[in-house]
Amino acid sequence: MSQPFRLPGGGRIDRSKPLSVTFNGKRLEGYRGDTIASMLLASGSHLAGRSFKYHRPRGILTHGSDEPNALLSVDWRPEKGAGRRDPNNRASVVEARDGLSVSTQNHWPSLETDIGVVNDLLAPVFVAGFYYKTFMWPRSFWDKVYEPVIRRAAGLGEAPEVPDADRYANRHAHCDVLVVGAGPAGLSAALAASEDGSKRVMLADEGFALGGSLLQDVTSKIDGQSAAEWVEAAVAKLDARENVVILPRTTVFGYYNHNHVAMVERVSDHLDEARDGLARERLWQVRAGQVVLATGSHERPLVFENNDRPGIMLAESMRAFVNRYAVAPGRSLVVATSSASAYRAALDAKAAGIATRIVDIRLEQDCGPELAQARSAGIEVLTGHTVIKALGGKRVKGLVVAPLGNGGAIGTRRTLDCDCVGMSGGWTPSVHLFSQSRGKLAFDAELDAFLPGQSAQAEISAGACHGVYDLKAVIEDGAKAGGGNITVEATASFTGFQPVRVLPTDVDPGKVRAFIDFQNDVTAKDIKLAVREGFTSIEHVKRYTTTGMATDQGKTSNMNALGLVAGVLDRPLPSVGTTTFRPPYTPVSFGALVGPARDELFDPVRKTPIDAWAEANGAAFEPVSLWRRAWYFPKAGEDMHAAVQRECKAVRTSVGIFDASTLGKIEVVGPDAAEFMNRIYTNAWSKLKVGGCRYGLMLREDGFVYDDGVVARLAEDRFHVTTTTGGAPRVMAHMEDYLQTEWPDLDVFLTSITEQYAVIALQGPNARKVLEPFVTDIDLSEEAFPHMAVREGYICGVPTRLFRVSFTGEAGFEVNVPADYAESVWKALYEHGKQFGITPYGTETMHVLRCEMGFIIVGQETDGTATPDDLGLSGLVSKVKTDFVGKRSLTRPDITAEGRKQLVGLLTKNGQEVLDEGAQIVADPSAQVPMPMLGHVTSSYFSSNCGRSIAMAMVKNGRARMGETLWVTTPSGFTEAVVAPAVFHQVQGAKADA
Amino acid sequence: MLEVNLARRTPAIRPAAVASAGPIRIAPETGEGRLSFRAKAKALGGREDVAGFAVDGAINSRKSDGDTASLRLGPDEWLFICPEGDIDDAMSAIERAMDGAAHSLVDVSHRDVTFTVSGQNADAVINAGCPLDLSLDRFPVGTASRTVFGKSDIVLARVGHHDFRVTTWRSFAPYVHGLLLDAAKDYAG
Amino acid sequence: MLLIRCPYCGERPEVEFHCGGEAHIARPDTPAEMTDADWASFLYYRTNPKGLHAERWVHNHGCGRWFNALRDTVTDAFVQTYEMGAPRPDAGNASSTATKAA
Repeated sequence: MSQPFRLPGGGRIDRSKPLSVTFNGKRLEGYRGDTIASMLLASGSHLAGRSFKYHRPRGILTHGSDEPNALLSVDWRPEKGAGRRDPNNRASVVEARDGLSVSTQNHWPSLETDIGVVNDLLAPVFVAGFYYKTFMWPRSFWDKVYEPVIRRAAGLGEAPEVPDADRYANRHAHCDVLVVGAGPAGLSAALAASEDGSKRVMLADEGFALGGSLLQDVTSKIDGQSAAEWVEAAVAKLDARENVVILPRTTVFGYYNHNHVAMVERVSDHLDEARDGLARERLWQVRAGQVVLATGSHERPLVFENNDRPGIMLAESMRAFVNRYAVAPGRSLVVATSSASAYRAALDAKAAGIATRIVDIRLEQDCGPELAQARSAGIEVLTGHTVIKALGGKRVKGLVVAPLGNGGAIGTRRTLDCDCVGMSGGWTPSVHLFSQSRGKLAFDAELDAFLPGQSAQAEISAGACHGVYDLKAVIEDGAKAGGGNITVEATASFTGFQPVRVLPTDVDPGKVRAFIDFQNDVTAKDIKLAVREGFTSIEHVKRYTTTGMATDQGKTSNMNALGLVAGVLDRPLPSVGTTTFRPPYTPVSFGALVGPARDELFDPVRKTPIDAWAEANGAAFEPVSLWRRAWYFPKAGEDMHAAVQRECKAVRTSVGIFDASTLGKIEVVGPDAAEFMNRIYTNAWSKLKVGGCRYGLMLREDGFVYDDGVVARLAEDRFHVTTTTGGAPRVMAHMEDYLQTEWPDLDVFLTSITEQYAVIALQGPNARKVLEPFVTDIDLSEEAFPHMAVREGYICGVPTRLFRVSFTGEAGFEVNVPADYAESVWKALYEHGKQFGITPYGTETMHVLRCEMGFIIVGQETDGTATPDDLGLSGLVSKVKTDFVGKRSLTRPDITAEGRKQLVGLLTKNGQEVLDEGAQIVADPSAQVPMPMLGHVTSSYFSSNCGRSIAMAMVKNGRARMGETLWVTTPSGFTEAVVAPAVFHQVQGAKADA
Repeated sequence: MLEVNLARRTPAIRPAAVASAGPIRIAPETGEGRLSFRAKAKALGGREDVAGFAVDGAINSRKSDGDTASLRLGPDEWLFICPEGDIDDAMSAIERAMDGAAHSLVDVSHRDVTFTVSGQNADAVINAGCPLDLSLDRFPVGTASRTVFGKSDIVLARVGHHDFRVTTWRSFAPYVHGLLLDAAKDYAG
Repeated sequence: MLLIRCPYCGERPEVEFHCGGEAHIARPDTPAEMTDADWASFLYYRTNPKGLHAERWVHNHGCGRWFNALRDTVTDAFVQTYEMGAPRPDAGNASSTATKAA
């Protein structure tokens, strides 16, 4: 039999559904309803991993999500190929399914034989703060020696190396009441809350079965029903209510502002057959009117020497394995406890036919009714005993115990042979989500626990996380939290415990390895050392020793650590503080957080109506804000440089066609439109005639250039404003802000028309010839349609706003057509233009051509600290207007001071050398470092039209330096360049304005 | 003679692109004309409609009348919808009706793309990227609002219990379409 | 994610909004007449209080309207939102540092 430790009956497993998984390459058998942990125990093994720092063998400590030890790498669908494996899954919550392939972590060459265990022998070296103390010097050793070695030796699972092949879903939801946890308190709360059918109730539980602690309760009666029957009835009732959404396998991991709660649902890992397209996990973002936290509590381990040996687990977990999973965690059990609840585990194990003894730290007179019950059931109970240590290596073999005498004396040792220990040091309410909600915790000395105090949000805690442990009280507390008021009869629970921090021992405690934080390998000794070294706040102790900082967030260890620090300092526990809990409650996969936002859905990739044509015609693309724009159009055999040089020549000698659709466009309409333009731009607009265009400059209130663009006046009360591609949203927002908040009296409205119109730019001496045949209702003659004019008419039979503008210096037109028509209009122009050698060009050529003319690009020449004068654009600033946005700042002392950086041209001594954009400029490269820097290169290209390289730069006092030779940094040093006017090309023949 | 009247529409999303898998129907609307209309209360002077387009609806409501509809997206902002071919007539009629009162009327027919999202769980599909409460009592039939869908702005309108219209800017349409199709996979089985 | 009550649309999630900094700092009518120090103060100096703060918000992914909000900077609780142009609702008992300009 491959499941020698499976009990013959009982449990919440489906024995009609046997299954097997691969565990470290070997077959492990179990049933539906098992976890990997229960299957491993059924096989007789506890060894489930190696520890983080010392590589000590570790077993299964818990039956829930607080498990610190048994971390597995799980390949969820090995049959489907790579990309479905993730690390650090807790064996205690991985729902068993046929075909899973799991492996243990942090060992080499194998789990059984791990040479990293040498670290355990070096333990005296790896004391608290070891890294801080050891690796401080020399600096260079850190990167080359320490870090790589530490990274290899320490750590948990391996990160996947291939993209996640699964789909992850995202879902926003709202409800009136969100109940977190479906144990007795949560079920009771959900029942009460959903009584009113108009209330939307969501119930989420991290487990795959609802019921919480009742899943392992085989003795309690609730209103005459067994615990199992009560759970079944409650779930059936909730299921039948249309206003209830039940989400099993759903972990509430984050509690954010205003009752915004994040949870992750494991949708399909448990399914034998998951259809294509079904998500693996779903991220829920829930906005809840009220949150009921029924998150239960965590059992505390006892702290004694070798308390981390495989086979030693929490007492309640022992009970869960016996009752819920029908597994004997050993043949001979010892329950070591300072808590009454562990007696229930011992009684249930005994009832299941397993030899069981109890060691109770508490004195006889401090125990409750549980003691008599255990003894009458024939269980040997040693009260007033401490645990000195555990025996055994990869599996516990015995427990050395001794009676506690008067005045701290410790009596004669006695060894209890056993192969499994269930321990309980009491209970810690799970206040993580409450703490995340920014609620204030209050310490309850009676319960030795931090409990929810003052709420910060519409939230209420119920049950064990509220410090209520007796079953009857838990159910009633849940109902109350759900807005109800009920009385139930339920079997009295064994409650109460005596807090112990570290168990008394008869040896030097400084030599004892008693673990507080199992996942980060922090011992009681480490924490005492930290306190001795002067760390007295728990926040500092935590960071120095790393206790509670592992992926389990110290669920099992925090109170022991806190109590220990308080004990050493001899201070009341609350004065040591408690740590703040932060999301996520348990680890969340990146996939769930990312959801669909990957690959083509990572970000919107905005494409123009011409994009398909560009792609079909071999364009290379570049991203510009969210847009993808045609960068250049290489012909066969051409590199970027060659293509750009060819495109640049073509525009200056014949005609080029360019997709300018991404330019921001805003229609400014209303009787006060001109007044609004006067206030928002530096230029004066009142005199711009209908049909005219003007280059507009916009400042922020601080006087720095914000955006620029051509503005056309379509009517007295209507402007067509263009902005930079990247600036479109912020310019619109900037305008709206002023309009609504400063000048609400103006009758002006702004409408984004960026995407209403595609813009086809025809530039070059032959532009008009290409355009002419297709345009109707517009006189294209020079006299009727001069440079910087706009006309409305038709092109190819559809309406156009035709601009006579140029960003190249050549004569040019920008054809605005409704977007859906753009591709066909482009094609018509392109076909007709072939006789003139029409050349499609991209953004790179556009950049070179405008640089040849010295036209700036906002965001390239400017960096948010350039004034119009810095850019040589003071001519665009109205001297007549008394006010406009930014005007007052232009007379601030810093703005008018000498020595500001000014836009100039730079010509390298060697005309073939192209400067780096962003390169720094200095006067004397041999000056002492740090040498005074004069400015930087803003634009730099090779210009075939100029036959040499050209560059623009912002240079201190640049305009006074014409002809001066400066030095510009290069990857290998410096090169010389001469300051020149920022105009490099003289347009021949038909110019833009001729 | 050179053929010049060559302009043809090339929509951002081909009408044939319909999600066929499962019970959710996702398809681009065709033939819709759209006008952005802006006017302050004082210019409207309490009128119920402008050339047949309702302007008396509550903010975030949609009123429809035959093949026209009026979506009130803000205190002084409406999106008027009419058949594509009626746009010029509608614009003239609106200008006449406003009779010089301050307003703005801009044709945005080509700016926007509208998808129909319909079928059982259409609300859940939209909630994959939209954070609004789409329960029938919080977002009843006849609601219309600008909101977000993933990383895109949308205008969301509910025209039936399981029937929504999602409008977005043209260049965001492939993204919105893709995200809708992806979300619909949850209900394909 | 905060839940913010837009005065026009009701409660909406924070992703639909953008915060525009301290409220009730009106742009001066005659900037040209201001001293450099006064102008700098208008441009750059803000109160940054701990506690109730009047802020500008815009429902930019909704109705597009700007409005003001009283938010507690300690708890993130929105005490009230109100239309642009309306006076600060707690102006009577606001701390002297809270408002600088009308």
